[in-house]
Amino acid sequence: MRRMALVASLLVAAAMPARAASEADFKAAYAIAEAAEKEAGSLRNQWVTTEATLSAARKAAEKGDFDGAIASAKEAEALARASIFQATSEKERWKDAEIR
Amino acid sequence: MRVVVAFLSALVTAALAAGVIAQGAPASDAPDPAADARAFRDYFVKKFPKSKLEDFVNGPYSMNEDMRRQWQGKEEFPPYEFALEAGKEMFTKPFKNGKTYADCFENGGVGVRQNFPYFDARQGEVVTLELALNRCRSANGEEPLSYVKDDMASLTAYMAFTSRGKPFDIKMPDDPRARAAYENGKRYFYTRRGQLNFSCASCHVQSPGERLRAEILAPALGILNAMPIYRSEWAGMGTISRRFVTCNSQTRAIPEEPQSEDYRDLEYFLSYVSNGLPISGPGARP
Repeated sequence: MRRMALVASLLVAAAMPARAASEADFKAAYAIAEAAEKEAGSLRNQWVTTEATLSAARKAAEKGDFDGAIASAKEAEALARASIFQATSEKERWKDAEIR
Repeated sequence: MRVVVAFLSALVTAALAAGVIAQGAPASDAPDPAADARAFRDYFVKKFPKSKLEDFVNGPYSMNEDMRRQWQGKEEFPPYEFALEAGKEMFTKPFKNGKTYADCFENGGVGVRQNFPYFDARQGEVVTLELALNRCRSANGEEPLSYVKDDMASLTAYMAFTSRGKPFDIKMPDDPRARAAYENGKRYFYTRRGQLNFSCASCHVQSPGERLRAEILAPALGILNAMPIYRSEWAGMGTISRRFVTCNSQTRAIPEEPQSEDYRDLEYFLSYVSNGLPISGPGARP
């Protein structure tokens, strides 16, 4: 009986449409991306692409496309984190390229 | 026994003395701008044994015979000629207070390009020619010019033209702040940035003479001697500030503000390691 109830609830859940992303979801994802980009800025190593992707996220949100906006915000966050990694690793690594 | 003690004592003394000497000797990576400049020059001379040393100031033309011939043809009617005329006019036209740029520079500003940038001990910072021109304007009640637009390019073109052939003579004062500025410029030059993960050195040390799309990359040695430049790609003149900003954008990095501390230090480094090479600006590039 318990197994039947479990199967039934799973079937109901699967039949329900996936929840569309909300404005609140976008704002949360955007805030994370923006914080990462701010950190890259403090290292003076922001990328043009990160700024463009953040801008794309805002524009999608303005149109009410929160799924697209969240995807862009997450991409921007990944780009910002890559720029932070670059700035951090280059603090010492630049010396390897120096002409001596 | 006494002999053994004396021998051990001598050994310890020698070991200590060696330690003191080792400590006292400079570390191999201690900053040495003069040694940097020698190594910089040697690198390019070895990389391009067919190029004459003074030819490095001609950028890609020093390493490609076809382009060199095109450039020599262009020099008969140089594309920067209009900028030279405009620059001379601006340079000699009095400010509202009656003074001119000549009042702000040694030798009336004629034949002085090779001395910029310099380290200003009073302000504790690197002063470039572009910065000095705007400070001259501000001191005389004029609005500063944009560092990336035509007026600044014209003024610096005229000043470079009056200095052609004079070797870069960038001083490194015995001042730890000057050394720090130089080191910061060097760090900036070799640091990778932007989504494309390029440093200035990626193009201008590791790949000069190679093509980047339609362009042939210039060697870093002597790269500022030809500034400002007329670029066919820009269809106009460009200052050193414009060049730095554009280079950063091309690697998909957010550029710094023109004449930021990093950019001025970078100019200090690049100019210092090109000491002795002649000013050839204004230049023309594809």
